[in-house]
Amino acid sequence: MKTSDLIEETYIALSANKARSGLTILGIVIGISSVITMVSIGQGAQAAIESNIQSIGSNLLIVMPGAQRGPGTQISSGRGEARTLTAGDAEAITENIFDVGATAPEVSGRYQVVAKGKNTNTSVVGTTPEYPSVRNVEMAEGNFITAQNIKSLSKVAVLGPTARDDLFGEGADAIGQSIKIRGMEFRIIGITETKGGSGFGSQDDMIFVPLSSAQKFLSGNDYVTTINVQVSDSNMMASAQENITSLLLERHRISNPSLADFSILNQADIIATASSVAETLTILLGAIAGISLLVGGIGIMNMMLTTVTERTREIGLRKAIGGKKKDINLQFLAEAVMLTFLGGLVGVLLGWTASFVISYFGILGTRISAPSVFLAFGVSALIGVVFGYYPARKAANMSPIDALRYE
Amino acid sequence: MIQAENINKTYKSGSVEFEALKGVSFAIDKGEFVAIMGPSGSGKSTLMHILGCLDTPTGGKYLLDHKDVSELSDEELADVRREKIGFVFQTFNLLSRATVLRNVTLPLVYSGLPKPERKKIAGEALKSAGLDDEYFEHKSNELSGGQIQRVAIARALVNNPALILADEPTGNLDTKTGEIVLGTFQRLNKEEGRTIILITHEKEIASHARRIIFIKDGQIVSDSESHNQKMI
Repeated sequence: MKTSDLIEETYIALSANKARSGLTILGIVIGISSVITMVSIGQGAQAAIESNIQSIGSNLLIVMPGAQRGPGTQISSGRGEARTLTAGDAEAITENIFDVGATAPEVSGRYQVVAKGKNTNTSVVGTTPEYPSVRNVEMAEGNFITAQNIKSLSKVAVLGPTARDDLFGEGADAIGQSIKIRGMEFRIIGITETKGGSGFGSQDDMIFVPLSSAQKFLSGNDYVTTINVQVSDSNMMASAQENITSLLLERHRISNPSLADFSILNQADIIATASSVAETLTILLGAIAGISLLVGGIGIMNMMLTTVTERTREIGLRKAIGGKKKDINLQFLAEAVMLTFLGGLVGVLLGWTASFVISYFGILGTRISAPSVFLAFGVSALIGVVFGYYPARKAANMSPIDALRYE
Repeated sequence: MIQAENINKTYKSGSVEFEALKGVSFAIDKGEFVAIMGPSGSGKSTLMHILGCLDTPTGGKYLLDHKDVSELSDEELADVRREKIGFVFQTFNLLSRATVLRNVTLPLVYSGLPKPERKKIAGEALKSAGLDDEYFEHKSNELSGGQIQRVAIARALVNNPALILADEPTGNLDTKTGEIVLGTFQRLNKEEGRTIILITHEKEIASHARRIIFIKDGQIVSDSESHNQKMI
């Protein structure tokens, strides 16, 4: 049998029962399109999480007090509780560690902030002029905190856009106005650029004040809650982390590293962890959608078994006039593969459209990858072979005599 | 051309053995028109299956066109059927949704002939089976019983087979249409010299052949020239 004949036979057979073929194809369409859509949602989420983490800065090491609990330590973990890091530690890191570009210590806490009768509970961060470059913060209006502000313990504040909106109304001109933090008046000198909502606490809902002012008026001590360290080269992250660890151990006079009263978070590690979570999510979504693909495949098998039974006499005739096992096998296999191939084609288009619509209306970010499309295609063709194999073999193995007699 | 030597066929079902054919021997020459007649259960269907290479005998020898086909595999039998045998069935067995022309070209699809040639040969076969070309593009379920059987005869002819095997070809037709179909066989035998074996249980139908082999209980009872052959 020639290939062109095979295709023609397949077309005639499938178009003879359009409704049934159509419904069977629909099963595959739904399966393939949901796999593509789900995987694109998962990959979109992964990309969004990665870019969110990237937006807090690049090559970032975050030094925090506490955390690394060893036996017999009394240091409690959690920022704001443990007091082990000082601005001096930050300066020492900048001066002594070669690969460190800049450090920005911060002392943060949540306070009730009042402005002209409106109030909000937000995160107030006392920090240094290096903060914007280390944490990727851009100014929308005005200026960030200066070294002079720190030296003179100025009561000035830089607002995140969300904090500004909450206190003064959306897009209001807040520069020069004042807010009250813990009853003390701070003058607004700048507004930061929007960074977009992030999963781990909005970076837009913040108020920045000079580190020295925060220590003196807000926290009332000389400790810092976090030291942000920017490493100059992404390849030096691990070694910088090690060097900082040994430097701080020395400064804090701790000989056993397992008793360290601080911990260092590596941004690369955070990204890796978050990515692996998102990847698991993608696999989970894909697997759930894969079940519908499996159901579609069973639909194909069901239809092919019905077809083979219905066309038993035809199979008998084909054998009587000289059709071989191979010919019969191929014919029914071709029908199954044609069904899944058409289903795959429509499914890819539908999945693509669905992903596009989802991101177009801003419901979720999606990302379609070429491999997922090819994979879906391959899988759909494979399903045709797998689920068409048994019915086709059943047809091919029929005895021509019994098949011709079949009522 | 056909030589059956002491053909046996035994069916086994569990421990029970059933001998459908008990040593059947006969020879049929090229150009003969033979009716194999017998009541149901006589073994004529079994014999037809063996003659049609749909089955192989459990004993004896069957030579078709000087070739021993009694011990071939299923796949080899398929080749023999395609090249040497044309079947006409009681139930027609046409693909109802396909056109007349497509039905007739089906055996040629399996022989792998190029398309234009297929159409030409099929057209000729349909004409010699007595169907006008106005019906060629009709679906087979739009035709009458007599026309359908003529399409089936044309399908049996396309491979230019050594043997046409007709299994109760008039069984599903009324008497008048049956006569027309039998007339077609007679004409193919007489004018084109086709070798035809007609399997039937009716004496009336068998009498259209030139020679009648009567079979009963798996054995040949009589094998003689039809003395008063009914010509149409």
